[in-house]
Formats: sequence, C-alpha cells, structure tokens
Amino acid sequence: MRIVIAGYGMAAARLAERLGGHDVTVVGEEPRPAYNRLLLAKVLTGTLTADDVALTGGGTARLGVAVSDVDPRARRVTLADGTGLPYDVLVLATGARPWTPPVENLDARVLRTLDDHLALAAEVRPGTEIAVLGGGVLGLETALALASMRARVTVVQPAGRLLERVLDDTASAVLERQCRHHGVSVLAGATAVRHEPGEGLKLDDGTFLPAAIVIAATGVRPRTELAERAGLAVDGGVIVDDGLRTSDPRVYAIGDCVRGAPGLVAHAWRQADVLAERLTGGERRDVPEPPVTRLRASGVDLTAFGRLDPDALRFSDPAGGRYGALSIVDGRVGGAVLLGLPDAAAHLADLHATGAPAPADRLALLFGRALPAGAAPAGGLVCRCAGVTRAFLVDAWRAGAPDPAAATRAGTGCGDCRDRIADLIARLEGESA
Amino acid sequence: MGVPTHCPYCALQCGMSLEPGPAVAARSFPVNEGALCRKGWSATALLDHPERLRTPTVDGRASTWDEALDAVAARLLAIRAEHGPDAVAVFGGGGLTNEKAYLLGKFARVALGTAQIDYNGRFCMSSAAAAGLRAFGVDRGLPFPVTDLAAADAVMLVGANVAETMPPLVRHLRRARDRGGLITVDPRDSATAELAALRLRPRPGTDLALALGMLHIAVAEGHADKSYLDARTTGFAEVWRVAAGWWPERAEAVTGVAAADLRAAVEILAGAERAYLLTGRGTEQHATGVDQVTGWINLALSLGLPGREGSGYGCLTGQGNGQGGREHGQKADQLPGYRSITDPAARAHVAGVWGVPAESLPGPGRSAFELLDALGEPGGPRALIVFGSNPAVSAPDSARIHRRLSALDLLVVADLVPSETARLAHVVLPVPQWAEEDGTMTNLEGRVLLRRRAYPAPPGTMGDLRILRELAVRLGQPAERFPDEPEEVFAELRRASAGGLADYSGVTYERLRAGEALHWPCPDAAHPGTPRLFLDGFAHPGGRARMRPAEHTGPAEALTPDRPLWLTTGRVLAQYQSGAQTRRVPELATEMRVEVHPDTAARAGLADGDLARVVSARGAFTARVHCTTGIRADTLFAPFHFPGEQRANLATHPALDPVSRMPEFKVAAVRLERP
Repeated sequence: MRIVIAGYGMAAARLAERLGGHDVTVVGEEPRPAYNRLLLAKVLTGTLTADDVALTGGGTARLGVAVSDVDPRARRVTLADGTGLPYDVLVLATGARPWTPPVENLDARVLRTLDDHLALAAEVRPGTEIAVLGGGVLGLETALALASMRARVTVVQPAGRLLERVLDDTASAVLERQCRHHGVSVLAGATAVRHEPGEGLKLDDGTFLPAAIVIAATGVRPRTELAERAGLAVDGGVIVDDGLRTSDPRVYAIGDCVRGAPGLVAHAWRQADVLAERLTGGERRDVPEPPVTRLRASGVDLTAFGRLDPDALRFSDPAGGRYGALSIVDGRVGGAVLLGLPDAAAHLADLHATGAPAPADRLALLFGRALPAGAAPAGGLVCRCAGVTRAFLVDAWRAGAPDPAAATRAGTGCGDCRDRIADLIARLEGESA
Repeated sequence: MGVPTHCPYCALQCGMSLEPGPAVAARSFPVNEGALCRKGWSATALLDHPERLRTPTVDGRASTWDEALDAVAARLLAIRAEHGPDAVAVFGGGGLTNEKAYLLGKFARVALGTAQIDYNGRFCMSSAAAAGLRAFGVDRGLPFPVTDLAAADAVMLVGANVAETMPPLVRHLRRARDRGGLITVDPRDSATAELAALRLRPRPGTDLALALGMLHIAVAEGHADKSYLDARTTGFAEVWRVAAGWWPERAEAVTGVAAADLRAAVEILAGAERAYLLTGRGTEQHATGVDQVTGWINLALSLGLPGREGSGYGCLTGQGNGQGGREHGQKADQLPGYRSITDPAARAHVAGVWGVPAESLPGPGRSAFELLDALGEPGGPRALIVFGSNPAVSAPDSARIHRRLSALDLLVVADLVPSETARLAHVVLPVPQWAEEDGTMTNLEGRVLLRRRAYPAPPGTMGDLRILRELAVRLGQPAERFPDEPEEVFAELRRASAGGLADYSGVTYERLRAGEALHWPCPDAAHPGTPRLFLDGFAHPGGRARMRPAEHTGPAEALTPDRPLWLTTGRVLAQYQSGAQTRRVPELATEMRVEVHPDTAARAGLADGDLARVVSARGAFTARVHCTTGIRADTLFAPFHFPGEQRANLATHPALDPVSRMPEFKVAAVRLERP
C-alpha cells in the first residue's frame, strides 16, 4: 500500500512515525524535516536551536516541494517540480495558514514557520518596539516571549478584552494586569487602520503606535486549495467522517486543514494515531476531546475549557494575579476558567476530559493548593516510626514519666517529630505551672 | 556489653546492639545515627515466639532432621530421574545473607544441575537493576553513601515512601527539606509526601510521561547540562526526539500533574548545587518498569547529576540484602560477582572456583513469576525448594500462584515461622534467624556489613548453609564443595566474585570486624573500597553513560466502567514484606486497610471503617476502608503484607516487564464494593 502524505507538519510527522515500516512518502514544502511547532517560542528567545526542535517523522520525505495537484481518478499527485507520485491512500495534512486583518498598507510578519521565528529572532534587540495584532493565545504568547527578550511590546486587540471568546471582562482584566506585570502593554478595544512600515500603526482613535516591527497574530484558516482542486467536499475546512475519510474513500485528512480543527497539536496527534491504526487494520474512531485553551508563557498560567453557566462559582484576585470560575453541571465539571491556579486547572481539566464525578468540596476544587489544609486532628499520630499518639504522650507525661518521649521511644526513628514533642511537653509544663 | 549488629529488616540495615534479655539497644552507625523504627526496636520479639518452628515436618508430621533431609533428597532424586534436572526448582530471597544467596545458587547449578532458580528480588529490585546496568554499566542501588544525602539541597523521591519503609533515612533529608528542596512523586500523600515542599501526584502508571515532561522542560527552559551531556553520555539526541513530543501540557493531560508543578520540580533540581533523584518500587514495579526507571535516569543525566560528587541518581533498595542478594547467583540469569550466566568467560571463572566443568553449568532459567506460574504444569518444575521467601503472599495474581504451589509433587520450605508458603509445604525445615548466626549483608549503598550471632539458635533448628551441605551430600556431592561456616563460604564467594562487576575479593570478615566501611568493588585486601562510583567515569567501555529513548505506553490494562479505579500496592511502617515475621510481633499489630478518597468511598456506598471488597479481573480481597483526602479520587492504595482473603496480590496484575520480568504490582484496574 503506497501512502502519500501531503504536508509535513506535526500531524504528518506523527502519522509517518506511526506508520513506520509501511511505504510512506511525505511531501513538505519547507526545505527541512518536520519540527515541533510548540517549541518555536523557545527558538525565538534563543533557548533552543533549529536542530533541537526537529521531529522524528518516518517514511521517505520529499522536502522543499509542495503537492500542487491531485488526480483522484488516477490516484496520483503532482508535485510543484512537475514530478508525479502514485498513491493507494492520500492523506491531506496541509495545515493552516495565518490570516491577516484588512489594515491599510499592512506589511506584517506572521509567525507560523521555523524560518518566520528565526528571522524575527535575528532582528529583535532590547528596546525594539513591536506591535502585535491580536490578543488571542498566539498573540499573547508571542508578546510575552518578546517581552522576555526585553523588546517593548504592545498588543493591539480590537475586541474590548483579551481572549474575548473564553474570558469575561473580570478575568480579562486580571490577565491584562498579569501581562503588564511581565512587560506587555495592552490596547484593548483598539483597531489598527493603517500601517507605516518601519514606523508604526495608525489606530482607529487617531493615535499613532510607534513600532519597528508589526506581527499579525489574528488567527489561521485551514489550507484547503488542494482538497478543492481534487473536488473533495470542503466547507471552511476539509470535511471528514469519524474515520477521518474525506468525500473520496481513498483520501483522508488530519490536523489543522480539517473543518472545525481547534488548532491544538494534541488534537492533530490523536487524529494521526487514529488514522495510523485505521490504515493498518484497526477500527478506532476519532472522538474529539473537549478542547482546552492554554496560555503557555512563563509567569502567566491560564486554562479555560467548557462553558460557564450563570450559576458558576467565581473568584477574582486581581492583585494576586488569580481568577477562578467553575461550573458544575449534573455533578460533573461543565467548564472552568483558571488563571494563576495551575494545580486546580490540571485537576479540573482532567475531570472535564474524563467526565469523572466532581468532588464534593467545590472550594478545594476551585482553589487546589491555594486553599490551606485544615488543622491536623487532635490525638493523632505524633511519631509514626514508634506509633506514638499525642494522647499517649500526654498520658505518659501525666503518669509522671520524666521524659515521655524516651519512655515511648517517640522520636527515635526518622527524628522528624522531636521538635513537636518538645513543644508539646513545654506546653504541658506551662499548663501545669 | 552488647553484640554490634544490624537490623533484620530493610536495606538500610540500621546498626543496632543486641543485649542479653534479649533486647535491642541503640548503636551509632552512619546510616541510622542510632535511630530505629518500630520494627527494629521490636525485632527480638520473634526470637522466642510461640510460633517459632523448632522441628522439621514431613507431610505434616514431626520428624528428625535425618528423616527430613533423607526424604527431601530421595524425592528430589526420584523427580530428577523421571523428569530431568529442570523439574527441580529453587526460590530464594532478598533477605538471605550473601553467603546463603551464594551457596543457594551454587547448590542449584551444581548439586541439582537445574537452571530453574530465581528469587523474590525479581519482585523488588529487578527493574531498577536492569535500567541502571544498561545506563551506567554497573548496578549498585546507591552509587554513593546514604549520608551524602544530608548535604543535598534538593532530593526528588520517585515512588519511594521512605518515611514508612526506612524511617531513619529521613534524618538525612533535613537540609533538603529546610531549603524547600524535597520533591515527592506518589499518587497519594504518603508519610513522605507530607514532608515535601512539592508533591507530584501522577495517575498510577504514568510515571514515564511525567519523566518525559520534566526532561522536555529541562531542555526547553535551558536547564539541560549540555557540556556534561557532551562529555559523559551517549544517546541524548534520540532521547530528546521522544521527549520533544512531551510538552508540559501533554504530560499534564496524561499524568494529571499540573504543568506548572513539573516546571517547579525541574527548577528545584536544576537550581540546586547538590541534587539527587532517587527511585523506589512505586515507579519500578510495572510491566514498563525498566522504561520508567530509564526515563528517570535520562532526566538525571540531562541535569548532569550522576557521577558528580554531591549529586546523583540512585535506587532505594528494599529488602535487607536486596543488593547483595542480586549479585551472587540466586538470580535466573546470573553467576556470582554480578556476572552473566551466558558469558563464557564468566562461566569458566565460576566453574573453576567451584571445581566443575564450565559446560556442566546450566544456562538461564525462568524468572520468578514465570517459574512460579510453571510449577506442576507440563514441562514445568515438579519440586520447589524455598529459602527466605513467602511467594504465597508476595507474588502477583496470588490465587493463581497458590494453585500452582499446591500442584507440586514436592514443596520444601525453610523458614523460622509457619509462613503461608510453609503451610502448603510437604517438608518444612526450621532455620535460625538473624541474631542467631553470622553472615554478611550488603546494604542499599553497596556497603558490606557483618551481622553477628548474639544468641544461640534454638534446639531443633539447622542453619541454611548446613541444610544445603547436607542435601548436597545426599545428592552425591563431595562435602568439601559445600562449606557451612559463613566465613568459609564468604572466602569462596570472594574468589567467585573476583574480577566481576561486584568484586568482593578484598572484603574479609577480619576487616569488617575491625569496623572498616567497605563498599564494593573492593578488589584486593589493601583496597579501601569504593564509596562513590562513577566520579571518574561510568562503567561502560569509554566511560560514558548510555542514554536510550523510552516512550510512554501506560499500564497493561485499562480502566473500564466495571473497573473504574486504579489499585496501587505498597507497604506500611509497622509491617515488612509478606508480614510472616512482623504480623507475629504484638507491638506491630496492624489492620489491613485500603486507602480511599472519601468521595470514592461514598459513591461505593462505603464509609470510613467499613469493610470493603476490592475486585480486579484476577480476584478480590477484603480490607477496611480508610478515608483520606490525600489520595487521588481515581486511586486506591492497599498494603500487600496480609494473608488469606486480605491478600492485595489477589487483585494485582501479572503482566511482566519485557526486560526485567518485573510484574505490574503497582497498577491494576479494580472496583470498590460492599462485601
């Protein structure tokens, strides 16, 4: 079985790796093998090199050349260099491309490929003025990474608040304060109307934002040209069934080119795993997991998923950089927004993904470790090694043992309780004095 | 004036003094600084215990020693004559002295001529041993003295509950604790986790994803020690290819541990001047145990810890002689000195010491679970001789192993109390215990220790070495080939180990009596021993540690609607291993409990203190519910010390690690129900 994968991003690399041992050809238009897009912010900041982010992949790779056409009847693709490749199975993994907003004279950079990041890294200096269009996850992560390089970064967000689709005004205000704390200015409710390359942006309120570099982080759109040229069903993205099959039974699609893709690698990798199983005789179906919005940047930890209803439990601590909102529906986690509460976020996301019943203690659930534990029960174990309880020590002291610890061997194991025992005896002596 | 010796229980081998009485007294010794836990303080309670075995029995009737030994030899010869030498098997233990472990291996290969010998250390240390050997070229649990931990700024304990399993070790963690540097990895808030500044509570069976996530962070955040990796390791690039796919949020989704906590753990380890990463059974006792330990070793190497003075990776050995017990030939694939039984040079050397032709030595045999599982089956052993072990309680899928033990033509058990395995035996041989005989132990740091006889053995018992000699002679061996004086056996062990990885040739009883601290390797009488390995290089040719990629695959079975919880097993402070000894000590009395999150208990219609059943696809056990919010709601914890209907191992999974043959004790899919 000859398998051709059009596109060589993370979904394609995962699929090729999973199909190790089969006749797989991966066609990628970039001149290099697949790389881990999630690590590109580290390439931007210089922590990692291009080599560090390479992915394993598999099969035969045709690099630096895109698939330009598909002939589904002949089961053959044509590459941009004119060569042809026959296939038994074609997988479209063409990904998405950045969308740039209609700003007059706009000459903005986008950050999609490794080369995009390397080029930007070469230009950013401490103090460089940079405007980032878009206050979504990519925009904020980019802005925070650039701020860590000591660039002067401003986020221009046309909506009235950051991450407007997942945050309410209160949560957004807490996040904005956190961004400022990390050196990122935010202009919410501002729209760029004209770009003067090298100078800056003219905004809709008439002000001018100086910027040597403008970056557009205003979302992506599925790349569907190839699917359309092949006559496959497309509606804002390639349409697939739960076996990831397109309208042509020999053509599949995975990753960001698929209709409704959330743009998450975890989602694309799950599809790659499912398809690898199906192409090798398995029956597994693609069951989308509820998408989780995560903001990954040092010092800012945001997690949001599901839906909040009017009864949601809410907590806001703008000065402490913390915000939590939690909806419980029929005893299960229905949705949450958590900022600065990372351990609670991990637990809640897990409960949401697995559909497990929510714990009875809702406050502990929302706050996680931030909620202090209650006091230790009285009469509990003081010395675990010797098995001595507080009550036993008190009794021994009351019975006249000059050194209750020695009489009970408390403190003769790990030694951890010696201070607690000394405190207890001092208190008993104090009470009797 | 008491007799200076060591505790009979765990691998810490705390120093203690035995006084007339009999009584235990404190003794200054580096690993425990005079401290002992309850088990140590009460150790003499078994010396004169009413259940102590004092007479051999054959088919349930008391016999003389000659009758018992004659009966065993005659039946062994008959079984061997009919079914061949591999129809007779031997099962040893990690609590046996070096001398006993050595002579047991020799007895199996020379007197019985069987390949079928393994021991309970397979259930204990085998995954860490295999991973350590592969990475570093030698496997010594801690390649540094325990006391080095006292100077550490950060210590990460992975699946190791030392505050219960070896409490005096906690004394050496004070500095790390005071600096906020103690990190634990455990699905529950164990006694040890309660001491930690940072507790990571992964879903059972996901430790490798956790290790990969931490390695990913170490590299992505610039904490990897690139010059160390370049100079002292091979294979990092392949390891990174795997870890690159474990970005923190993916590791979080799989393990349930917050990405922020993974970052914090890496920062603590990377920011410490002196840091240690230590593993225990929690991460090792899996069907993927070798890979999981490899993941932790890869993390430690990426941070540049192993082989650097004041930092390192180590595994916390469990059983009293879990270290020495895996070096001297009671393991299915090994000969003394930590030699491979398939290595022609090793076979020639050991055969030379034993005075037999190398080609007469059998090859590798079945691993512990596979050996037990083959008992009485077509092609499997028909006779089993057990020393120092209680597999009827300690093996996984216990009901199945019980059936196999019951199917034997001959089961011989040497023990000091009527263990659950002894109760199944055709022949029971009563033996002395730790304070009644001399012998050496090798503790968790590879230090060879002399245990001394403080009290006379009770009449009616016979030492293990003597039993082996008596049986060997009855099987046609020359008596001089099986010495029964511990010091004489040790002298032979030294010669057999000479030139091996675990070289004891320079260790003598005389040096040990004089109080020398001798860590192996110690190749000659003038050698000071090797407290710290790897400072100049690892034990592979070229001196580099070998990193190898390991990908997370998860537990052998999945949760189902019918079995929606993970069971994990372990130990509690007052009990030891199968409990054959500690359950008989009144001051260690403990009830079998299962730790349950209160929400989980409530959903099963159970409350704190209720009796419950824990049911897996293999079987079910009963335990009293102990509600605690310190455990994941999807996880139950049960200790494995208890017999009968309370055997946690009735539920555990016998899937085996492909390399170490370690069973999957630490994760099984179960449900909790009212009895």
